[in-house]
Amino acid sequence: MSARNRELFGLIPAALLVTAGFTGVFIQRENALSNVSLTYGAIFLALCLAGHIFIRLTLPNADPYMFPLVALLASFGIVMVYRVSSTDARQQAQWFVLGLILFMVTIVTCRDYRKLEQYRYLIVVVSLVLLVLPRLPGIGEQVNGAYLEIKVPGGLSFQPTEFSKIGLVIFLASYLRDTRQVMVMGARRVLGVTLPPLKHFGPVLVIWGLAMVALVLLSDIGSSLMFYGALLSMLYVATGRLSFVVIGLAAFAIGAWYLGTHIPHVNARFQDWQHPFDPRLYHAQGGSFQVANGIFAQSAGGLFGLGWGQSILSLIPFPQTDMIYAVITNELGLFGATAVLVAYLLFIYRGFKTATLARDSFSTLLAVGLSTVFGLQVFVIVGGVTRVIPLTGVTLPFISYGGASIVANFVLLALLLLVSDRSRRPVP
Amino acid sequence: MNRQIRNLFGVIVIMFALLIVWTTRWTVIDATALNNNALNSRTLITALKVKRGRILTANGETLARSVKRPHTVFWTRTYPQGPLFAQAVGYSNLARGQSAGLERYRLDDLKGAQTTLNSVFGPLGGNQDVGDDVYTFLDPKAQQLARQELAGRPGSVVALDPRTGAVLTMYSNPSYDNNHPSAPCSDACQLNRATQGQYPPGSTFKVVTATAGIDSGKYTPDSTINGDSPKTISGVPLNNDNNQSFGPITLTKALTDSVNTVFAQVAEDVGRRTMTKYMKRFGFYDLPPIDLPRDELAKSRPYNAKGRPYLPASPNEDIGRIGIGQGGLLVTPIQMAMVAAAVANNGKLMEPRLTNKVVDPDGRTVRTIDPQVYDQVMSPKTASEVNLMMRTVVDEGTGTPAKLGSGVPFAGKTGTASIGTTGSGLTQPWFIGFAPANDPKVAVAVTIEKTNGEFGGQVAAPIARDIVQTLLSEGK
Repeated sequence: MSARNRELFGLIPAALLVTAGFTGVFIQRENALSNVSLTYGAIFLALCLAGHIFIRLTLPNADPYMFPLVALLASFGIVMVYRVSSTDARQQAQWFVLGLILFMVTIVTCRDYRKLEQYRYLIVVVSLVLLVLPRLPGIGEQVNGAYLEIKVPGGLSFQPTEFSKIGLVIFLASYLRDTRQVMVMGARRVLGVTLPPLKHFGPVLVIWGLAMVALVLLSDIGSSLMFYGALLSMLYVATGRLSFVVIGLAAFAIGAWYLGTHIPHVNARFQDWQHPFDPRLYHAQGGSFQVANGIFAQSAGGLFGLGWGQSILSLIPFPQTDMIYAVITNELGLFGATAVLVAYLLFIYRGFKTATLARDSFSTLLAVGLSTVFGLQVFVIVGGVTRVIPLTGVTLPFISYGGASIVANFVLLALLLLVSDRSRRPVP
Repeated sequence: MNRQIRNLFGVIVIMFALLIVWTTRWTVIDATALNNNALNSRTLITALKVKRGRILTANGETLARSVKRPHTVFWTRTYPQGPLFAQAVGYSNLARGQSAGLERYRLDDLKGAQTTLNSVFGPLGGNQDVGDDVYTFLDPKAQQLARQELAGRPGSVVALDPRTGAVLTMYSNPSYDNNHPSAPCSDACQLNRATQGQYPPGSTFKVVTATAGIDSGKYTPDSTINGDSPKTISGVPLNNDNNQSFGPITLTKALTDSVNTVFAQVAEDVGRRTMTKYMKRFGFYDLPPIDLPRDELAKSRPYNAKGRPYLPASPNEDIGRIGIGQGGLLVTPIQMAMVAAAVANNGKLMEPRLTNKVVDPDGRTVRTIDPQVYDQVMSPKTASEVNLMMRTVVDEGTGTPAKLGSGVPFAGKTGTASIGTTGSGLTQPWFIGFAPANDPKVAVAVTIEKTNGEFGGQVAAPIARDIVQTLLSEGK
């Protein structure tokens, strides 16, 4: 079976899921099965088919599993968002269409994605501006104590970090391709620790600094973990030096510890994470109420969950964005939540597979970076909701409600498929 | 670079594994503790969605039921009989976390067995959120009569089936409207005086002293004891009523005329240890073993002048005065009903219980609360002897006002404990008993708080008589 036919068949689970999901939610809500659920399913399936045909025409050799996995996650996401709020779901569907259009635009305009390297400094500057934009007065908006959104005229809000993560990965892939040899060759041993040459390592240090700044200015532990983690991963893959990673992690840990103990609002987040059930923190304004109720929602879910539409949403703050994983666990249980995580892992696996098949270092690093940053985003939000790490409000890719997230992740998918198509193209 | 990519993927797999482990921690490992966490209002909201079952009288009258709050999916409780059954039924306001009585004690039954495993699509067939009905033994007629005859005076009426421990009547004054438990009220209206009120039992306690004396083998009903007044007990002179001296009389005659000096001597002679042993067998020193929340129960036992309980058989207690129901002894009305019931049931004391059975919404009996033996307090022989002694009390002694018109033999004992400061003239009148004495079906205890010198035979005995008569005519 050809790769594209495999992709086509891969869409079947997504189609079934979206139909079954809407059916479930409808039965729960209206106590009757309306054919609207089937209509939703059909429209969604048509969009996925359109995406598929487009890939068939433009990227015939691309990985056949990524698009179906994204369709699966997105269809699951639309059901979950619909379950929380039908208005949000309608908007989410519109964003989905826009995402699909941008996906196609990216594939057409960046057909030779290696041209992006020429614009790497422009890209990194834009990315960094986007990163600090939410902090600027008048534009930025504080949500749950963190500055992650900007207001767009028309009452919409927008999370620019979703795009800066892609920009930073493109920059790093390009920069590390150039300097990875020198970093290894010019490395010196100081006190038994191998250090890369400062000249080439400088920009990397700048990003470390920025991650720390993000931590302070944006009160955003999760995003800085995401960016910094992607940086270290790409550095490791590019140079093969574990010592760089160890030094980097140690530096991050020290920085995070210092900020966590000395900056009040970061410290408050740490406290909420450590003691969510402390009544004092629980009842405090902006305290651990959100974390604690996310945990309560999960515990109520148990192994199999309460069933679609059974959640008591008034008890879960931000159910369609930050806490959507808690809603999933509440309604579908440990098994449902694990299935979602496995779908993400499979997608990341296909991304890494693409990286290993790539024929040049830029492509490899780009695929590794994009997959890693995607995986870290899932880890940051799910880890936050499950209390593995302090909670930060990033979106759960393709599932959470959020326009920027859907669109940006479709661009990410487009780039991965572009790399994949080139690397799997038969050698003439 | 492929080796590094493989390693990196390994790290990501480990991170995702962590996420699954943590999710498992919340959904499975710590789930029970989290579901019961005080901050977790989810459990409460789930509970509010359940239509709890009814609480009913023996003949099926509704004492508590669920009503839907308008325009919501939540249920609240309403109590059609209000104050008449408030102490036994209690109330339950889940949203405020306030509850009492059977409403609290039987909450799990009233909520029913809730299924925890729902399908992905939730409950498709029927409503599972309906609880079970709880049937009590309470008799509405006798209950109504108790309220009527107490006529607003603070006090308590308890009636038991001595054969099973079934609580047939439990009413106390003042009562409260359990539909509005937060409404302010005076005189501790929410105190369930039947199980929580603590009063000196006065001469009704002589039944316990007589049991200890006879069952220990030291006395028989015909033993002769000097009934002169006063007698020095624990270094202080003790008087009979009106300081009357009876001379040498039998134990039966002493009970019939309620001679204090005789029973004080018996208690001292039998001794603290033996008296305490029999008191414990009757249920003293223990919370009444009834199906009500622990904090609505009080222990019956002697207290010192500072209001602190004596250790059992403490050498500091005045066992002679305890033997006539004074000396700091404080008891609950249900404890005195248990004393009567133990004698009535051939010495075998049954644990009192309000609940008969739990019935599901389809009418199937889910479970029956079986009678439980508390203790064999005395031998059946002692029981029949004490039974006969108590019959003479009603036939020809202080308890004659309790005589049943139908000629059904009634065994009983009056009590009139002096309370308040010496010379205040305040009394706590009592009557305990059971009928028919030759085949006991009802045991009863009646007391009235703080009267101006009224006697148990005068005010408590007639109430007991009417309650017993009503319950017997109801076919109990």
